[in-house]
Amino acid sequence: MTHRTHPAEADTDLLDPSRRELLKRGGLVVAFMWLGGASRVWGLADSARIDAGHPQFAPNAYVRIGNDGSVQLVMPSIEMGQGAYTGQATLLAEELDVGLDQITVEHAPANRKLYANPLLGEQATGGSTTIRYCWTTLRNAGAAARSMLVSAAAQRWKVDASQCTASRGLVTHAPTGRTLRYAELADAAAKLLPPDKAPLKDPSDFQLIGKPMRRVDTPGKVDGTLPFGIDIRVPGMKVATVQACPTLGGRVGAVDDTRARAIPGVLKVVKLDSAVAVIGEHFWAAKQGLEALDITWNRGANANFTTEQLFQDMAHASEHGTPIMGREVGHVDGVSGKAISATYQLPMLAHTTMEPLNTVVHVRPDACEIWVGTQVPARCVDVATKITGLPAERIMVHNQYMGGGFGRRLFEDSVEQAVAIAKQADYPVKVIWTREEDIAQDRYRPAYYDRISATLDGQGQPVAWTHRTTGASVMAVFAPGAMGKNGLDPDLVECAADLPYAIPNMRVDWVRHDMPAGVPVGWWRGVGPTHNVFVVESFVDELAHAAGKDPVAYRRDMLGDNPRARAVLELAVQKAGWGQGALPARHGRGIALAAPFGSYLCVVMDVEVSPQGEIRMKRAVAAVDCGTVINPNTVEAQIQGGLVFGWSAALYSGITLKGGAVEQRNFNDYRVLRLNETPPIEVYIVPSKEQPGGIGETGTVMAMPSLTNAIFAATGVRLRTLPIDTTALVQDKNALKAVMSAVSEPADIVGDVAAKARSLA
Amino acid sequence: MIVLTINGQETQVDVPDDMPLLWVLRDVIGLTGTKFGCGIAQCGACTVHLDGQAVRSCVLPVAGAVGKKVTTIEGVSGTDLGKKVQQAWLGIEVAQCGYCQTGQIMAATALLAQKPTPTDADIDTAMSGNLCRCGTYVRIRAAIKQAATGQMTLPQTIA
Amino acid sequence: MKIGRLIGRLVALILLVVIGFSAYALLTVRHSGDETATQPTVAGAPAELTTPQARGEYLTRAADCAACHTVPGGQAFAGGVAFKLPMGTIYSTNITADKDTGIGTWSDDEFVRAMHAGVNKEGQPLYPAFPYTSYTALSRDDILAIKAYLFSLPAIHAPARTNELSFPYNQRWAISLWNAAFLKKQRFQPEQGKSEAWNRGAYLATALGHCDECHTPRNAAFALKTGQALAGTELQGWKAYNITPDKDHGIGSWTDQELASYLSKGHAAGRGTASGPMGEVVENSLQYLTPSDISALVAYLREVKPQAGGISVPPAAATGSAPVASTAGLGEQLFVGACAGCHLDSGQGRQTDYASLTGTRSVRDPHATNLTQVILHGSQLHVSGQRIFMPSFGHAYTDAEIAALSNYVVSHFGGQQGTLSAAEVAQRR
Ligand code: FES
Ligand code: FES
Repeated sequence: MTHRTHPAEADTDLLDPSRRELLKRGGLVVAFMWLGGASRVWGLADSARIDAGHPQFAPNAYVRIGNDGSVQLVMPSIEMGQGAYTGQATLLAEELDVGLDQITVEHAPANRKLYANPLLGEQATGGSTTIRYCWTTLRNAGAAARSMLVSAAAQRWKVDASQCTASRGLVTHAPTGRTLRYAELADAAAKLLPPDKAPLKDPSDFQLIGKPMRRVDTPGKVDGTLPFGIDIRVPGMKVATVQACPTLGGRVGAVDDTRARAIPGVLKVVKLDSAVAVIGEHFWAAKQGLEALDITWNRGANANFTTEQLFQDMAHASEHGTPIMGREVGHVDGVSGKAISATYQLPMLAHTTMEPLNTVVHVRPDACEIWVGTQVPARCVDVATKITGLPAERIMVHNQYMGGGFGRRLFEDSVEQAVAIAKQADYPVKVIWTREEDIAQDRYRPAYYDRISATLDGQGQPVAWTHRTTGASVMAVFAPGAMGKNGLDPDLVECAADLPYAIPNMRVDWVRHDMPAGVPVGWWRGVGPTHNVFVVESFVDELAHAAGKDPVAYRRDMLGDNPRARAVLELAVQKAGWGQGALPARHGRGIALAAPFGSYLCVVMDVEVSPQGEIRMKRAVAAVDCGTVINPNTVEAQIQGGLVFGWSAALYSGITLKGGAVEQRNFNDYRVLRLNETPPIEVYIVPSKEQPGGIGETGTVMAMPSLTNAIFAATGVRLRTLPIDTTALVQDKNALKAVMSAVSEPADIVGDVAAKARSLA
Repeated sequence: MIVLTINGQETQVDVPDDMPLLWVLRDVIGLTGTKFGCGIAQCGACTVHLDGQAVRSCVLPVAGAVGKKVTTIEGVSGTDLGKKVQQAWLGIEVAQCGYCQTGQIMAATALLAQKPTPTDADIDTAMSGNLCRCGTYVRIRAAIKQAATGQMTLPQTIA
Repeated sequence: MKIGRLIGRLVALILLVVIGFSAYALLTVRHSGDETATQPTVAGAPAELTTPQARGEYLTRAADCAACHTVPGGQAFAGGVAFKLPMGTIYSTNITADKDTGIGTWSDDEFVRAMHAGVNKEGQPLYPAFPYTSYTALSRDDILAIKAYLFSLPAIHAPARTNELSFPYNQRWAISLWNAAFLKKQRFQPEQGKSEAWNRGAYLATALGHCDECHTPRNAAFALKTGQALAGTELQGWKAYNITPDKDHGIGSWTDQELASYLSKGHAAGRGTASGPMGEVVENSLQYLTPSDISALVAYLREVKPQAGGISVPPAAATGSAPVASTAGLGEQLFVGACAGCHLDSGQGRQTDYASLTGTRSVRDPHATNLTQVILHGSQLHVSGQRIFMPSFGHAYTDAEIAALSNYVVSHFGGQQGTLSAAEVAQRR
């Protein structure tokens, strides 16, 4: 990573590193302590009622300015590490004309009417949509508020509003130099009607958008004061932990809790349909109690289910199932040329967010209060209503910072379970899943089985392309309404049907093959594109190789009229030094290009593969065009983090089932990438004035193919199944006998395939 | 009754000897800056200092902390070095979800206390036991270097 | 045809001897030695314990019956533990008082005979995986105390699993031949001139604790090589180390305190932590022995015949010292990632001494036998109310990675050249 030295003069809007100092000067504090909930208005249905009785200016669902000088911004999307709060606050603050150091942020209450994300049709954070859907909404909201404050000032001064300007929470009447603070205008502005439409700034006037602003949530994350859901403590609260039937879809049979109840600190054993929980004075008592339970499980229909079975079934379905058309262009049949085909396979995946799932619930006769970090607050209200029988307005969800989401917290299963547990206690209960439970009871990214083929013309370029994906639909579970008319789950063909390349004849379809009932599936960072871009970009590499062409040149030729894709390709290639100088033996450089989530990315990777098959990632260079950049700091972080997340999966992760139960237990056997395995990652941003694109998942999408293509360049071995089987990369099987921790000598025998690939590169 | 010295303060807790320090800190004393990530010493989220050494509190029976100085993230800013590391973390904007970061900071502080100018290999050795699912490793490395050298950098690469 | 006749006679003679020996074997198989001979003067349980049940519980632990007769996490003494032997798999039996599937109908004499002669209620020989070769030295009183204890526990209905042995090992009668050749049906005899503690230790170690069964090498017929008692051997994929007083290869350089701590707590600082089968012995058996019994064991081990051979013990100076330098590579990369969190990059153990690697014999074994077992399968030790554990890494790491990691540990902390290959790791999975 290259670092640009921090320019001191540009510092005015950046957060001073010392939190204490900020507190002193009333600077940016992320006051996200919903713990004070008791003192707040209870059972809030919408933001208007929040403001009742509070002398403050709340022109819309997102902005509240108090006459005490407080500027509170309400965040429709939740923060789980992706920088959503900073991004959303930047959009609001830009048009509101306040500094990020002058605001506090707060999560929106559960309320679909006010805060639904139109791109997801739900009050939900996910799919790399936050900035894309907020881009206009939040700037409009900020601009409307500002125009009302300015009007209030103009009225006070009896001047024309056009003579007034706003900056950093201060309205100035330029001709006279008079000023008024927003705090002094809040009451008056509250009496005005919001304008139909307030003008937005010209991008050239942006003060905050596009600058590497400091994140609004960092200080509390660095000194440990920022509470995550798991840190919530409410008076009288007890702690529970839970185990569901290890065989997915199984039920609880008999429970003998004699030994568990004898453990000091164990308070209660709660038996649910599919899980058993132990409530204790603290987590340790609960955990020990849970371990001491003698549970007989009714393992149900999946008792003999295995992942081998799943892949066999998918392979069969891919041949014999009924495909649903994703996209058809031209006619793929009857195109003549050199035909190439391949089969790819991707495993089930777990999320393993760093913060294990947890929920604090207090069920009372007349109300239910929930503290949880969730990507779907409104759905949490739904399940609580279902379980408690209370009306929705008696359910209060206090959304919390999340220690990672990655799609796991788009599902409310753990919240539903926690409410069911807490319903049986007359005190608040914090339910914490162990890491083992987190892995054993995830909502898994489904496995996929893809068959892909192409026909190459005389120049080796593809003139026909077919791609059939086989696998389960997550959308059918998450939002059945979003399924296409023909039964298509659009997620399954995202980035497969819409390639950045121009191919005259294409057919992309999907054979739906759901998991057996009881095996839950879910969104996983990068969703459809993470799966499809691996297949597509690996296969494009295969085609380039078959055509005897350089993978970069080959892609260039396929791009047609796609300037944004071309620009990221050229930038990444130039920064990575593609084709400049030969690489040592068993070193390789790989590339991947795609346009996921409304952004364009190209990643070039360098790897070394030892003769024993050991993979060392040496360097990654990413070029990204994500349209208008809100915060380049976040863009860089998300690309870096996304790549690491994807490499983890490519190298190590895969959930396997045996007897219907997940075989992996914890980080010892669900392995993820560590610091010493992570290469330097350079991120270059292509300046753009386009609509903002998504960024949270794009790095993950690019990780797998850029890595496996680089491995191909280093070894000549094409990896079509994830996670990577390193034994396939052993140069000489006998070399295994000599595996030593000592550094491996560079190989002197190089397969001609690898040599060819390298000479091309 | 077990007597612990946490962040310079004597604290009495009435818990079983074998209860891991992590849960004593979080559930009994209420110091929630120390996090739970795995419970088997594989992730480092629960890292605290025991007499200045980084330890995994999820597998440290509380009895093992008796008579030793326990420092948690809540107390680490009381030292110059701890402050410096936190400043670097802010300066580099390391945190994403932030959940692993308190453990990372504790591990980094213990490293810098032992090796004020660590090499890349030293950083690998000290920090590879701390997982970050958000993948902030590149910036963690940069922040440790910044804390060691005092040179301010802003992680930003724009073409 | 003189030669032909000579051969004929020789064959006849051999046949005669074989028939004679077989007859002897079959006739004596149910014989359990002189039951009227004087009982050993040492008793296996401390004098403070008076009721047969209490004595029986202590003895059952000292004899570690649970190790073989209780499936981990299963019901106590209900049998079903699998023993994978080169000739097939055999399963331990239910020794609860259940009348149908356990030993509920066994008389005192039948139970004593089983322990002394290695035959079941019907008089059929038992497989010598059951250490009757050691138990034969026990006193009748102690055996009956064990029975009293077992009968005081809940009877559990658990039918025996059928053994999976190939021919000829599935022929039980053959064991009687083996017994005739290798089983000395004799009660423990205190050795004159040795201290009372030594004799008590000997009774605990040989008759009850059956240390020999694991730590003494065996001959081709699978019988203990008594001349090399406790010199160390390998079984079930684990090395049982040399525990004779030899200074370089045994426990000669250990202090009494270190030995006592290892036996009773499963760990001695700078010496190692018990895991695998020895971990189970500490967990199920040794941790429950009284301190004086532990010292008796130590006294006994100090005075068995020293034997050279096996993994060498590091020189005292090396114990806990800085590890030798080694080259960075895959092994080190893996170690600092997944292992140093507990073991520390110095190998000294982070939050617990139990995790210290320095000074142990396991890290000085170029074949990394026990080391790979622990890495592949993890380790657990419930001792003095604590749970010491290491998760297994076999599932997520490749053979090559585990080989590299093991070789790194052996070179870095043991100063040895690790020679483990990925292929060997594959065999040990
Ligand atoms: S929680 Fe302690 S290391 Fe993961
Ligand atoms: S910042 Fe999220 S796990 Fe590290």
